[in-house]
Amino acid sequence: MEDRIFAENMRKDILTSAFKAGNNGAHIAPSLSCVEILAALYNGILKYNKSDPFDEARDRLILSKGHAGLALYAALYEAGLISQKDYDSFEENGGDFPGQPSKNIEKRIEFSGGSLGMGLSYGIGLALAGRRVFVILGDGECNEGSIWESAMFAGHRKIQDLTVIVDLNGMQADGKSADILTFDIKKMWEACGWIVEECNGHDVQALKIKLSQAHNQPKVILAHTVKGKGVSFMENAREWHHGKLTQAQLTQAISEITGGDYGN
Amino acid sequence: MEIKPSYLRTLSMLGQRGVFGTTLTQLAEQNENIVALAADLCNTSGLDRFQKTFPQRFYNTGIAEQNMIGIAAGLASCGKIPFAATFSNFASLRSCEQVRHFLGYMRENVKLVGFGAGFSFGMFGTTHYALEDIAALRAINNVIILSPADGLATLKAVEAAAKISAPVYLRLSGTMNNPIVYQQDFDFEIGKAITLRNGSDIVIMATGSMVYNALKAAEKLEEDDISVKVVDIHTVKPLDVQAVTAACDAKLIVSVEEHSTIGGLGSAIEETMALKSRRPAHLIIGTKPFYPHAGEYAYMHDVHDLTPEKIALKIKNTYEEICK
Repeated sequence: MEDRIFAENMRKDILTSAFKAGNNGAHIAPSLSCVEILAALYNGILKYNKSDPFDEARDRLILSKGHAGLALYAALYEAGLISQKDYDSFEENGGDFPGQPSKNIEKRIEFSGGSLGMGLSYGIGLALAGRRVFVILGDGECNEGSIWESAMFAGHRKIQDLTVIVDLNGMQADGKSADILTFDIKKMWEACGWIVEECNGHDVQALKIKLSQAHNQPKVILAHTVKGKGVSFMENAREWHHGKLTQAQLTQAISEITGGDYGN
Repeated sequence: MEIKPSYLRTLSMLGQRGVFGTTLTQLAEQNENIVALAADLCNTSGLDRFQKTFPQRFYNTGIAEQNMIGIAAGLASCGKIPFAATFSNFASLRSCEQVRHFLGYMRENVKLVGFGAGFSFGMFGTTHYALEDIAALRAINNVIILSPADGLATLKAVEAAAKISAPVYLRLSGTMNNPIVYQQDFDFEIGKAITLRNGSDIVIMATGSMVYNALKAAEKLEEDDISVKVVDIHTVKPLDVQAVTAACDAKLIVSVEEHSTIGGLGSAIEETMALKSRRPAHLIIGTKPFYPHAGEYAYMHDVHDLTPEKIALKIKNTYEEICK
């Protein structure tokens, strides 16, 4: 599938599911933020076996910022790895696709997310066991000390098959990261011994190029994104970190997304 | 299997940490999936021989216990059998949420080894005591808690942990040259308590380092014609419910642990007995509710009334009160 269509479909999937979640609401803006990151991974970068989710040779995608679970489910659905029925069961009581993913290899969910700062250490364990690993972190998540324990370790051991993508949208639950906790994220990763790359996190082609390059030490891609990307009233709006959509808002959001100029 | 006294003396001399390290190295020779992790405490963990023998299967994370547990979980998800060791306090409280997330929620096959439980590191002081580890980890679903009584029991606990496909917290207590509880070979089955001595008036259920002291206390009580059964609860979770039910026939149940009286073995026994209509009184013996000034291991036992003499006295007083 064309990357632009893959990403556009994902956005529509996310909004439609979030609307159907009704009063439960969903983490809509954090999901829209990492659409292209997941599109790049699931539409060309990740190696997976379409008929066997347990295939040990598969690449591992660890969504450490688990609140973007809806975006992960949308990517799995667009890649044909889960069924429409599965996708439509988002936030069903007792279902396999809750707000924050719960490890379920049969359903292609590699990691239980939700508690921030957990995914990188787990990804390192997978890489030490010989797997090719991609970990998606939030920039707010990088406030967690445990991230830096892991970053130092991976840098020290020069773990090769490990790539982190930071969804760098400059926002977190309480607002702008710049107002909450500032640090030079690029220098932090460099100091830990990582190759640091930067790109537009809404440019699938740029992401794919960065994700394809071989590296002999761990690599982090600082993917510059916009929280709530594609929906004017959600972009950089703190209240859409987790929210509920009305029918009118859904209609407006879908119309804004259709034929958008990102996800190329 | 015949076990020579000299071998038991070696296990005693090594202490539980030493036995853990040597046993794991031996197991690793037979099972290539076994790997070990330490957080800058390789020697203290008893893992120096493992590191030298299997450098490619040993990971030192630096002083980063939370990261160590996450890495262990990732390795476990790929079929490795990781043993991750650090002080009990750091394994359980510093990394509590990692234990809940990776061992409890995700059920990864990690063996978390906490050493220095109770007051084992006497002079190090409160930061290095583990008095709340059982309480914290017992509340986490899916985690087996093992607490061996001596060197031979530790050897068997490590073997059992490696064999079972489930997350385990292995609580190591005592010091080097620890007293010998098991003089001969025995069957160690996870979840099955072991009766070490029979008696009809009182049942003492003890765990870890306190099993030996409980046996000694029972001997003293026998001198006063009080008949005491002693049971080794080497598996604190899942607790041997049958053993607790059987103990309800006694006039008094006593639990002894080198741990807070809140949330540990005593609480586990009490939770099990709560619904029984016919049950005896239960004396919960554990550490006192304050953080003490540091001192040698024996001194700490004395301050907290955990010596055999003080345990026996407390039990005798309670028993006489009940029998009035």
